[in-house]
Amino acid sequence: MKEQLREITDKTLEKIKGISTGEELNDIRVKVLGKKGELTGLLQNMKNVPAEERPEIGRIVNEARERIEEAIKQADAEISEKVLAESIKKEKIDVTLPAKKKAYGHRHPNRIVLEEVEKIFIGMGYEVVHGPEVELDYYNFEALNIPANHPAKDEQDTFYVNEKVVLRTQTSPVQVRQMERGKIPIRMIAPGRVFRADEVDATHSPCFHQVEGMVIDENITFADLKGTLESFAKRIFGEDTKTKFRPHHFPFTEPSAEMDVTCFKCKGKGCRVCKGEGWIEILGCGMIHPLVLERCNIDTEKYSGFAFGIGLERLALLKYEIDDMRLLYENDIRFLNQF
Amino acid sequence: MNTSFNWIKELVPGLENVTDEEYRDAMTLSGTKVECFEKLDKNLEKIVVGKILSVEQHPDADKLVVCKLDVGEDEPVQIVTGAPNIKVGTSGQLVPVVLAGGKIAAAHGESEIPENGIKIKKGKLRGVESFGMMCGIDELGSSRDIFPDAPEDGIYILSGDHKPGENAAKVLGLDDTVFEYEITNNRVDCYSVLGVAREAAATFKKEFKSPEIKQTGNVEKAEDYLTVEIKDADLCPRYTARIVKNIRIGESPEWMKKRLRSCGIRPINNIVDITNYVMEEFGQPMHAFDHETIAGKKIVVKRASDSEKFITLDGVERNLDGEMLMIADGEKYIGIAGIMGGENSKITDDVSTLVFESATFDGTNIRKSAKRLSMRTDASGKFEKGLDPETAIEAVNRACALVEELGAGEVVGGVIDIYPNPVSRRKIKFRPDSYNRLLGTDIPKDEMLRFFKPLEIEYDSANDELIIPTFRQDLIRDADIAEEVARFYGYDNIPVTLPTGSSDADMVGGILFDERVKVRAMDTAEALGFSQSLTYSFESPKVFDKLRLKEDAPERNTVKISNPLGEDFSVMRTLPVNGMMTSLANNYNRRSKDVRLYELAKVYLPVEGEDLPDERTMFTLGFYGEGDFFDMKGVAETFFDRLGMNKKRAYEATQEYPFMHPGRTADIIYEGTKLGYIGEVHPKVADDYGIGEKVYLAVIDLNSIESFVSFEAKYTGIANFPSVTRDISFVMEKDIPVGEVEEIIEKQAGSLLESYGLFDLYEGESIKEGFKSVAYNITFRAPDRTLTDEDVNPIMDKIIEELGARGFELRQ
Repeated sequence: MKEQLREITDKTLEKIKGISTGEELNDIRVKVLGKKGELTGLLQNMKNVPAEERPEIGRIVNEARERIEEAIKQADAEISEKVLAESIKKEKIDVTLPAKKKAYGHRHPNRIVLEEVEKIFIGMGYEVVHGPEVELDYYNFEALNIPANHPAKDEQDTFYVNEKVVLRTQTSPVQVRQMERGKIPIRMIAPGRVFRADEVDATHSPCFHQVEGMVIDENITFADLKGTLESFAKRIFGEDTKTKFRPHHFPFTEPSAEMDVTCFKCKGKGCRVCKGEGWIEILGCGMIHPLVLERCNIDTEKYSGFAFGIGLERLALLKYEIDDMRLLYENDIRFLNQF
Repeated sequence: MNTSFNWIKELVPGLENVTDEEYRDAMTLSGTKVECFEKLDKNLEKIVVGKILSVEQHPDADKLVVCKLDVGEDEPVQIVTGAPNIKVGTSGQLVPVVLAGGKIAAAHGESEIPENGIKIKKGKLRGVESFGMMCGIDELGSSRDIFPDAPEDGIYILSGDHKPGENAAKVLGLDDTVFEYEITNNRVDCYSVLGVAREAAATFKKEFKSPEIKQTGNVEKAEDYLTVEIKDADLCPRYTARIVKNIRIGESPEWMKKRLRSCGIRPINNIVDITNYVMEEFGQPMHAFDHETIAGKKIVVKRASDSEKFITLDGVERNLDGEMLMIADGEKYIGIAGIMGGENSKITDDVSTLVFESATFDGTNIRKSAKRLSMRTDASGKFEKGLDPETAIEAVNRACALVEELGAGEVVGGVIDIYPNPVSRRKIKFRPDSYNRLLGTDIPKDEMLRFFKPLEIEYDSANDELIIPTFRQDLIRDADIAEEVARFYGYDNIPVTLPTGSSDADMVGGILFDERVKVRAMDTAEALGFSQSLTYSFESPKVFDKLRLKEDAPERNTVKISNPLGEDFSVMRTLPVNGMMTSLANNYNRRSKDVRLYELAKVYLPVEGEDLPDERTMFTLGFYGEGDFFDMKGVAETFFDRLGMNKKRAYEATQEYPFMHPGRTADIIYEGTKLGYIGEVHPKVADDYGIGEKVYLAVIDLNSIESFVSFEAKYTGIANFPSVTRDISFVMEKDIPVGEVEEIIEKQAGSLLESYGLFDLYEGESIKEGFKSVAYNITFRAPDRTLTDEDVNPIMDKIIEELGARGFELRQ
């Protein structure tokens, strides 16, 4: 019996070594270990074994079974691995075939720049507010020290709806509306659409956008204005950007200034973007004129403030090196897809 | 405003060594912005005065001559020329000569001016050597416009006495730089050489040397020659006049010509040149009348009457109106005040006595009159800014001093000066602390006072007051003075700080709710493949016809622009559709495929009884190419999901929009409120815009959805118990929208309903004509237990019952 056992074991182990498929392995399993298998058959012969030898034989049978099972398990693992390796080999693809892209829409470059501007000022504690585009003459002009007959009214070539109502020529009226709400301190920016009677060409549009900014509080100084706008310039054009403040005149600020920044393209050496000057004019600003504050019942002995206005299209054109403003309003998908 | 740098240097001693670039930068930083500058001799090298010694015929060329010139060197130089005004046998003329190795600005007769000039080398003309070139005025970079004595074709002959070898560019006044400034409209005083020079002095901390005006006049009295009456004093604050007799018209001296030329003004004769010179110098326009033509020896300043006519000195007849201010004599008009004199009183070469007028007129009136006459002259351009009346008298006295200096006539004693309300010098309390507080600086008081000196702002220490010169009407309050301090302290020297604000300032930035809704709209649209477009807010009223709107459609009631750029930009849009269609059409024309655009477009709806319209933001989406109605509906649905609008969004078929397909358009209803519409654009409209494909559109009024939007989210747990799903299938009339089925499901399913969905829609074989087969699955779930048939069956029965009652036939 012992002999038979060894024979079966050796034969089976030998067979297992030679097989290559799962089916063959299963056949062996059934043939040897199955209900009617050789090993099982042998065990049924146990009753013929003398009682004192039974434990010994039982141990040998179990041992043989374990060895065979172990060999089958190992062979099974090897076969699975082989099968997987073959299947993986077959699944090989050409990774340079084209991607399956989902169409994604693009934000308008104007809006992208606006959101950058907004983010910077929100970070400095400014709230983004809006005002009407069809505006009272009072808010667009009179409240901003531009009375009837002021040459600025001619210069700006305003679109009128009637004597009292205009298409706002600037976002500055939002300043006045905000001040009139009577809540101080104020830190706001007011982006929006403005209108001027300019014929359409590469650098003009009768409809464009500005971002107005205003701060009113105690102890607000021209130095604060400089610091705020310098921070803004560095964030939007890069940390190495330098600023230059030039005196200018706006009816609703005093002192007033225009701010130039070093050309972000050539870093001030002079190039096509800055027309060889090394500097680019970016915005107008100033300390809010005391008359404007007074008109809104703000105590000028206690409070002061500054304001600024940025031309959004100008920023977008400069930043993206767009050479024709008309592109911004044609909505050609081949243009929009570039942002 | 242009000035010659040499002129400025004469008025501000100490600028001799300042370069053009330094001047530009410093002036710009102190507020007199230099737009550009032109160095007149930038391309002129080795240009000297040459004296012609002899002119002989060229041996081999009829049209050439060979000249010997003294150019201040040991030996004369030989130059061959073909200029028609250099003739054989002449000698003694002085001419500008460019020596071999030098440079000229341009070639004669060429309209193009080379960037770097033209180099002149010695050469041979038909075998005869030439060591340079005699120059015409255009070759020196100038023109006959300002050198009227130059021949059209030929060498410029220098007048006056000059030494051979002298710098000819300097002789001609070309050793100068002309600066062009952008003067802001609060600085009327800077529209003059003196004004700019004053700024230059303050900028460079130098002294300003204003020209000395000599007393002039014989023993006679101007009043004996002329009387002046101002009838409309509101438009003429001051009128001054002086008389000059025994006029000797002649050429002006070279120094004056140079000054005028540097301002781009052509010298004409001494009298005209004097008035132009004074206008440049003081910014005060003057006019000269021929005294003999003045009837009654009387000048009256008064408004014209409507529909009168008048011939100005350029010979053109002008239509007057009742708001135009006129200069009249005893009988007739002799000039339009501040704009142009009359033909009837203009100075001729044989004038013997003239009247110099130097007056101040109301700026706004002059500006408006000039506009109505469409004749903006040099004079009106100055007057319209509102001149300082104090300058009028200085200018007329300056002109008379120049008359004497130039020997142009005999000045009659006395000045006629009608000046009922003299302006006084404004006094402002000197408040250095206030200026420093506004600027964020710590500038000492004395330093401030030093800045003021060249500006002619005086300090009265007894009263601690600043005394403002009359030409600075822009200096009124502390802020204005602070700006003067800042300008000359240097904006660049002001420190850089950030606002600290009041202690109770708790400023947190952010965007408002409506802006969040917009950002969500943009994000959703872009994620779904739509790109952002921008279109104008105004459009043509013809758009309404293109969109097939009825004559009485409310959308035709618009905000109208009274002075539009043209009809195409004349009304504010009430619909966002035209902008979107136009943008899509642009792309279609350019052969782009599958274009998807969106716009956050404002519309402007007039409100009865209000001045301002209702401005509403319309989230407008449009596409052509791949996709259909249901893709667009999916966009809208996704958008509402993203805004937390989780209640039922109803889509009701509508034929309300004439520009939309009547069978493929729906209103979007939420909680009983109409939010917008969605559908296919009417094929006729798409065709009119030139789009040869189906176009789909969605328009959602963001203002109307605001109250339904919620950005709040709350965790409600993840279902622990399994759901039960039942399918039902039935046959219904084709024309009944499945939305009715969904209403029944929602109504009957109660609180256990989790979701439902259409999974089959079928028409055709096996379904009777005019009907469709519809199948839904309905999913139920309870949060606290596993549902059983006993829970779900009664609900399904109710749904089936109502569907049956509605006439929908259950399929087994």
